Amino acid sequence: MAKVTAGIVTSHVPAIGAAIDNGQTGTDYWKPLFKGFEFSKKWIREEKPDVVILVYNDHASAFDMKIIPTFAIGCGEQFEPADEGWGPRPVPTVVGRPDLAWHTMQSVIQDGFDLTVINEMTVDHGLTVPLSLMFGQVEEWPCQIIPFAVNVVVYPPPSGQRCYDLGKALRKAVESFDEDLNIQVWGTGGMSHQLQGARAGLINKEFDRNFLDHLRDDPEGLAQMPHIDYVRDAGSEGIELVMWMVMRGAMNHDVKELHRFYHVPASNTAVGHAIYENL
Amino acid sequence: MALNKPYENIPGTTMFDGDMARRGYHLNQFCMSLLKPENRKRFKSNQRAYLDEWPMKEAQKLAVLNRDYNSMIANGGNIYFLAKIFSTDEQSFEQAAASMTGLSRQEYRKMMLSGGRSPEGNRYKKEAEDG
Repeated sequence: MAKVTAGIVTSHVPAIGAAIDNGQTGTDYWKPLFKGFEFSKKWIREEKPDVVILVYNDHASAFDMKIIPTFAIGCGEQFEPADEGWGPRPVPTVVGRPDLAWHTMQSVIQDGFDLTVINEMTVDHGLTVPLSLMFGQVEEWPCQIIPFAVNVVVYPPPSGQRCYDLGKALRKAVESFDEDLNIQVWGTGGMSHQLQGARAGLINKEFDRNFLDHLRDDPEGLAQMPHIDYVRDAGSEGIELVMWMVMRGAMNHDVKELHRFYHVPASNTAVGHAIYENL
Repeated sequence: MALNKPYENIPGTTMFDGDMARRGYHLNQFCMSLLKPENRKRFKSNQRAYLDEWPMKEAQKLAVLNRDYNSMIANGGNIYFLAKIFSTDEQSFEQAAASMTGLSRQEYRKMMLSGGRSPEGNRYKKEAEDG
């Protein structure tokens, strides 16, 4: 039987990808950030997940204003990195896991979450930066990846509660898959940041710290937080944090936090990262 | 009945909701066209002529020509779409964000390095004005 063995959350700032791709990880500006992922890279080399369900958002790369799916699952064989205006990132093709993705789609829809199925799309920094942070610069990603896109660009995104409940449905789906697979669920985006308007540059360390504490200890309580609190306190783009709730829903109520890292800034953003195992 | 929009009293912030998405549809789709290298080239060679191919409002076109990102946002632009414009200009998110706050790039970077903009006094329009 397939099993969700760990949950990971991390920010997915595009400038982090650029720093990796341009060999700037050792500069004074970037070094402290990459130090925070050293444990994680070592840990995941030992964990060897077979499949990662990677919850992320597209940033007007694969999806434009024509079609805006709230929840979309990538069921294709593979996904190429997107050209986001300066050429695609020099990272490996993302290899999907169609049998598990279609299985998950059927189970989750029958559980009440009406997913959109995507067979062909490119994947942008929202998906590839977390992979780079966890696996470094590699010839091939060392696992299969099911892209799971959540709309957080057009307001409103799904609620934290909905994302949390979706995580539970995802776990149920995965754990009814017959093959023995080591599966991780990743939630990406956040933490506090605002990229637009006169309030751009907003960072809220206290909010972020509380969010990480509650994510570990009180996910049901955290799921109740309304959108307006994310936006007002963590910035208009801080609302991406609802995607972390999907990861959390896929884990047990009681988890062990193996690692936590927090750093300000990466470009405009507060970077948060944590790894959880079920207790 | 009107929808509840509690985010309208947040200072310096425009939520990209249905009303804004409707207003900015062609502006944002123009931005998407810049993901193709050949379109970036055409846009750069004659920006006005390229913009005139789109059914955009004059205010939207002027905002683009002036690289006035706050005005683009007020006219329905979304930052992830507008990113295609500043990427075409070979500018970073940091430079674009700085331009919206009235700070120079150096001042903005300094603010970020010292922990970013505090939420204190920036949660409600009223407190920001009283600031």
